[in-house]
Amino acid sequence: MPLLEVTDLRTYFHSRSGIHRAVDGVSFSLQKGETLGLVGESGSGKSVTCYSLMGLVPQPPGRIESGTAMFDGTDLLHCPPALARGIRGKRIAMIFQDPMTSLNPYLRISEQLIEPLLIHEKISRADAHARGLAMLEEVGIPDAARWLQSYPHEFSGGMRQRVMIAMALITRPEILIADEPTTALDVTVQAQILELIKKLQLEFHMAVIFVTHDLGVVSGLCDRVQVMYAGRIVETADTRTLFKAPRHPYTKALQRSIPSLQPKGRELYTIPGMPPDLSRSIAGCAFAPRCEHASDHCRATDPFLAAVTATQATACLRVQAGEI
Amino acid sequence: MPSPILQLHDVKTHFPVESGFLIKRQTGTVKAVDGVSLSVQRGEVLGLVGESGCGKSTLARTILQLVPTTAGTVILEGKNLTSASAAGMLAARRDLQMVFQDPFASLNPRMTVFATLAEPLIVHQTVPAGKVAGRVAELMEKVGLSPRFLQKYPHEFSGGQRQRIAIARALALEPKVIIADEPVSALDVSIQAQILNLLAALCREMNLTLIFIAHDLSVVKHISDRVAVMYLGKIVELGPAAEVIERPRHPYTRALISAIPTPDPDVERAKKRLVLPGDPPSPLNPPAGCAFHPRCPYVQEKCKAIVPPLIPAGPNHEAACVRLDEI
Repeated sequence: MPLLEVTDLRTYFHSRSGIHRAVDGVSFSLQKGETLGLVGESGSGKSVTCYSLMGLVPQPPGRIESGTAMFDGTDLLHCPPALARGIRGKRIAMIFQDPMTSLNPYLRISEQLIEPLLIHEKISRADAHARGLAMLEEVGIPDAARWLQSYPHEFSGGMRQRVMIAMALITRPEILIADEPTTALDVTVQAQILELIKKLQLEFHMAVIFVTHDLGVVSGLCDRVQVMYAGRIVETADTRTLFKAPRHPYTKALQRSIPSLQPKGRELYTIPGMPPDLSRSIAGCAFAPRCEHASDHCRATDPFLAAVTATQATACLRVQAGEI
Repeated sequence: MPSPILQLHDVKTHFPVESGFLIKRQTGTVKAVDGVSLSVQRGEVLGLVGESGCGKSTLARTILQLVPTTAGTVILEGKNLTSASAAGMLAARRDLQMVFQDPFASLNPRMTVFATLAEPLIVHQTVPAGKVAGRVAELMEKVGLSPRFLQKYPHEFSGGQRQRIAIARALALEPKVIIADEPVSALDVSIQAQILNLLAALCREMNLTLIFIAHDLSVVKHISDRVAVMYLGKIVELGPAAEVIERPRHPYTRALISAIPTPDPDVERAKKRLVLPGDPPSPLNPPAGCAFHPRCPYVQEKCKAIVPPLIPAGPNHEAACVRLDEI
């Protein structure tokens, strides 16, 4: 049985200019201890998917139109708020892209770090402090006792992200949702944070949902990858297959447009056009206007995610029909 | 060899740090750029890479004289910009333009695209008033946008389109040198590729000299002829792009390259990564000797005492490391 099972999640934002379909029918499952990559460009719905699971979508303007997210017998999207609060922040934790804005600048690290413990567990302040100190050491902050009494502005970006990780993991969650945790960091610091997440994941036996736009980060970290486009999952496969044998034209195009470490001189491959405007309803496949393989059938019929092999599923009608 | 279009001699840009209320005292100096010498040939694309805080943006602003230079000279086609008068600088800026990182912040939200692109033409009077509209339309086409968007405002465009407008604005005066400060960092991969192709094509067509600043070595490699790697206000390695990235000599460049995640699971998982400990040090209080020594895996006693100069490390290739021959 999967640890988390999301079925047909739809999160729409209602505004004066129309309905913005940020997440439009996303289904996936997460196994215990697994690292799942969620990849896509800005606006593809990867962050909103995570926010929906964590109950962080501002309502209004957002609304979860349909779907279920089953975690240990509880539907996170429809259960009583008190029950959800006992799971979110304790058994499912999240870290964010920008460690500068996700820590409270007015509170000492010690206060913020032990807050989840004080809320979720019956624990004395002294014990919570001891756990906080141990956790800071665990995430590789030297001289942790001194740093515990500091304020966020005294930390560098990489150190702040370490504090964020410590805060998320202090309740020993079963799932960590990491929303672009290294995007704001320099490459050398990114390498440190990725190593840290890998190490802690093994130690704590947790599952990780890793959201990123960087296919390079995914390749080293994730067991399985889901590619999102215009609010839907267009392809999912184990990491090796996704990189070695992608089937969906968007996945292929995305990989080809990475500048990577290729020789200079050749023109870089680009995907023609732009991602669709999600406030208009899209007929057929959302990628069809930019796809070199699109047929009239693609422009008329909604594609669905279907298995092409045991470990790979693709939402492309032409791949499913065996035409490409 | 033709004379370089842009020359920097031992350029230093320091910022005073003041503390105290009412009575301010200078309590320190941030040495953002600390002794950079560089010459750029006409038509060349020079990539400038380094982590945040290494001084690459300050160097760009120093070349444009947007910040006062503490010491050294910046020479554009024989003219010394550091000692130029305001009028002289105004004239020099026609030849020296900049594209900024964030196209959301660098375009005036209250000006139409037409007004944005016409402004430099009107200020510098490079085209007669009657021909401004024609020239603006031409600029739009040059960057791959339709002239019918001219009456729109920046918020009506996507990030990639805005960056195209910023590039069109930089091209308006037909400059000789363009400095692009992280022009693709805020964009998605597929859009990044479009902007990189556009910049490369423009450089070829117009024989532009481009200084391309980025923190992402893979992007830099694709567009640059030569690459300069900066660490804490100094250039630590300089050489042909392919050479620096395939055969890096300075330990910092090696670490930087090894830290880039490869989009290939087999390569990525087999790779022995050189993970640097710690954060880049503060330019307020840089370490003595080689600034990289506290994080360097090859550090020796002498590294803590000597500030290493750039020394030859191959054809047209230089690196600033005292242990260059041993590592």
